[in-house]
Amino acid sequence: MTDTLTPVLTDNWDQERAWTLAAYEERDGYQALRKALTMPQDDIIAMVKDSGLRGRGGAGFLTGMKWSFIPQGDGKPHYLVVNADESEPGTCKDIPLMMASPHTLIEGAIISSYAIRATHAFIYVRGEVLHVVRRLQKAVAEAYLAGHLGSNIHGSGYDLELVVHAGAGAYICGEETALLDSLEGLRGQPRLRPPFPAIAGLYACPTVINNVESIASVPCIVANGAEWFASMGTEKSKGMGIFSLSGHVTQPGQYEAPLGITLRELLDLAGGVRVGHELKFWTPGGSSTPILTAEHLDVPLDFESVSDAGSMLGTRALQIFDETTCVVRAVLRWTEFYKHESCGKCTPCREGTWWMALVLQRLENGLGTEEDLESLVDQCDNILGRAFCALGDGATSPVTSSIQYFRDEYLEHLRLHRCPFDPAAATLFDSPESVGAKP
Amino acid sequence: MTDTPSSADDVRGAAGRAVSSERGPQTGQRATTAAEGSAGAGVVTRPGEKDGYLSPYHYDVDYPRGVPTFGLAPEAGLPAQTLAELREIAGRYPQPQSGLLPMLHLVQSVEGCVTRNGIEACAEILGLSTAEVTAVATFYTMYKRHPVGEYHVGVCTNTLCAIMGGDAILERLEKHLEIGNDETTEDGAITLEHIECNAACDYAPVMTVNWEFIDNQTPDSAVQLVEDLRAGREVQSSRGARICTWRQAERVLAGFPDDRADEGPAAGPASLVGLELARQRHWTAPPIEASAEPPPMARSDAVAGVEESDTSRAESETKMQAAAGGKQDALFGDRDGDDNSDEESGS
Repeated sequence: MTDTLTPVLTDNWDQERAWTLAAYEERDGYQALRKALTMPQDDIIAMVKDSGLRGRGGAGFLTGMKWSFIPQGDGKPHYLVVNADESEPGTCKDIPLMMASPHTLIEGAIISSYAIRATHAFIYVRGEVLHVVRRLQKAVAEAYLAGHLGSNIHGSGYDLELVVHAGAGAYICGEETALLDSLEGLRGQPRLRPPFPAIAGLYACPTVINNVESIASVPCIVANGAEWFASMGTEKSKGMGIFSLSGHVTQPGQYEAPLGITLRELLDLAGGVRVGHELKFWTPGGSSTPILTAEHLDVPLDFESVSDAGSMLGTRALQIFDETTCVVRAVLRWTEFYKHESCGKCTPCREGTWWMALVLQRLENGLGTEEDLESLVDQCDNILGRAFCALGDGATSPVTSSIQYFRDEYLEHLRLHRCPFDPAAATLFDSPESVGAKP
Repeated sequence: MTDTPSSADDVRGAAGRAVSSERGPQTGQRATTAAEGSAGAGVVTRPGEKDGYLSPYHYDVDYPRGVPTFGLAPEAGLPAQTLAELREIAGRYPQPQSGLLPMLHLVQSVEGCVTRNGIEACAEILGLSTAEVTAVATFYTMYKRHPVGEYHVGVCTNTLCAIMGGDAILERLEKHLEIGNDETTEDGAITLEHIECNAACDYAPVMTVNWEFIDNQTPDSAVQLVEDLRAGREVQSSRGARICTWRQAERVLAGFPDDRADEGPAAGPASLVGLELARQRHWTAPPIEASAEPPPMARSDAVAGVEESDTSRAESETKMQAAAGGKQDALFGDRDGDDNSDEESGS
C-alpha cells in the first residue's frame, strides 16, 4: 500500500539551493544518466514503456510508445523538444519544478534524447517566467561544464546539444505542432497531421515532444526501475503526479501523489475549502477539462475514472471555486481567454470563440434570453471536433459543462437582469471594490 | 440570427471594462498614445516623421522607429554589438530562423519595443522578408509595438486569479496610475497589462513585474508595489530575483543570462505544502527494492570532480556503448495507435 503522498519530483524542493548542480548531485543527481549511458537505447524505451508513464501534459499518451514511433536508422537527425510552455489556466506544476530543480528536467532530457538517438534537444519554455528561464540557463551551463552535455558525454561517444528557448506569449504554442512552428521561427499555428511529429516534426525530422513533468519522471524510472514506478497509481494510470490545488482552498499548493487519489482526499490534506464556505465547482485538469461538482469528490483522479465522470484528468490542475463564485462569470472569462488565444487558423475556433464570448457577456450581464443558452450549445457543437486542434475543443468544455450543471444559474441571471453574485465576496481579501458584475 | 449583429453590438456596449480593455482593434490608437506618452523616455523621433511615416508592409501596425535611420541602411539603426548578438542567437540553432523569437526579445531589450529597425535587421540576418518577420512579431503577446515603460506590470485576470481578486487589483491600479490596459504612465515608469494565466495559480491573485512573480496580492499591496517601483526602491520578487528593468529582462529571455539565477528561494511556500505534509507524516514514495538497484557507480563529489570520475569509467562505458549501438531496431512508426498527443495543449 503506497502512502497518500509520494514525493519524488518534489522531493528535493526543500533542499538548500536545490537548483544548483552541487545540490542535485548531492542527492544522486545524474546517476540515472550514468546508468542510462550503459544501457542499449531500446532498453530505455522499453523501460519507460513498461513503467506505464503517460504524458503529463494533459493527453496521457504513453510516453514510451511515443518514443518508439521514432524511426531508427533513417539517417535523419532526431530531435527532442520539451514542452515547457505551461499555460493551461490552472496548471502550475512545471514552473515550480523548473524553478526548484531544473537539473531533474535536464537529466531527463539527456536520457530521453539518448534513447531516441537525438543529438539536439530544446526546452521550449514560455517567456513570461523570467526566473525560471534564468535557472534553466544556469543549470544547462552547469551541465555542460560537468560533462553531462556536449560531445562524448561521460566518454560514451554520445553527443547532445541542449538549447533553452524562451517563447513570447502564446497559449497555442503548448499545442505540440504549433510549438514546432514557433520553434522554427514562425507564428505558432498547429500543423495538419499526418505526418505526425514522430515522422516529420522539427525541420521535418523525427521529433519527440514531451511535457516537462513527463521528461522529469524519466530519471527516477531509469534509476529505480519500471516496476517501482508502476507500483504507484492505478492499473492503467501508473506512477505519481503533481496535483496542483488552487482557488478557494485553505492551503493551495502542490501535492505529489499516486494517480487515483481523490479530490476529497486532497482537500482533506489541504485543510478543506476556504473556511465557512463549500465547494461549488472545480476543474480536474485545467480550464479545457469540463468542470465537475461536489458530487464528483470521490472520483479517482486517474485518466479512466475522470473520463468516465465526463471530464478529463488533463494536467491535474484542480481549481477550486466555492459558492460565492458566479459560474457564468468564470466561464465568460475562460471563453475570453480562448478567444484571445485562438490562433486564427481555423474558422470554427476563430469565429466560434468570438461569438461565444459575446453571448456569454450578454448572459452574465443579465441581458440575454433563454435562447442564448441553446445558441451557446449549438456553437459548441459546431466547434467540438471541427476545430483544427484541441484549443477549440477545450474552449467548449467550460461552456457545455457549466450549462449541464448550472443551467438554473444562467436562468437566474436572466430573471434578475443582472448577475446575482457579489464579486467582492469571492475575493481572498476584504475588498471595498466591486467589480465584474455590472447591473 | 438576423438581429444577432446588432444584439452583439448591444452586448459590447454593455460589457463594461472587459470589452473596453480589449487589445484587438484599438491597438493602433494605443500605440500612438503610448508612443507619444513616453516620447520623453528615450525614444527618438525625427520631427514630422510620425505624420509622413507609412508602413509599406502592414497597413494597421505602426512601428515606431526606436532609433532614426536617416536614410542609411537599416542596420545602421542598431548598434554593431546588437547585430552581432542577433547573429549569435541565429547561430545557436540547426536552422537560423529558429532564433527569431529570441532575436525579437533582444530587439526589445535594445529598442524598448519591436521597431522597424529591429524587424529589418532580423529579416536581413535570416534572409526573410520584413513581412515574414512582422507576421511573427504581431502574433505573440510579449512583443510590443509601442515603447514599454521601465517596468512591465502584469495583473493576472484569467478566471481563477480574477475571481480571487485580480479584477479588483487591476481596477485599483488603473485608477491609481490613471492608465488603461496596455498603456504607460506619463513618467515612462510603468506599463500596465492584464495578463493570462501565468502558471502560479496556487499563489493567486498573482501579479508580475517584468515577468517575475509577485504572489498573493491585494489592491493595497499592488499600489504599494507600483509606488515602490516608481520611487526607484528595490523590489524583490516573491520567489525570484531583485526586479531588473523590462529591457534587462528581455535580454535574459533572448538567451543572454544576467547574474541573478541564484537569487530567491528554490520554492515558494505553496510549492512546498504537500512536501512538508509528507515529511510530517513520514510519507514517501515506495522503497526501491535492492535487486532493482544496480551497484552504484562512482559519483562525483561536486562539479569539479565530475571530469575525473568520467575518465576512470570512460573506457568501459564506451565499450558497452559500442555493443549497444550495434542492435538498433529499425522501428518505424506504428500509426495504428492514434497519436492523440496533440491534445497536449495543456502545458
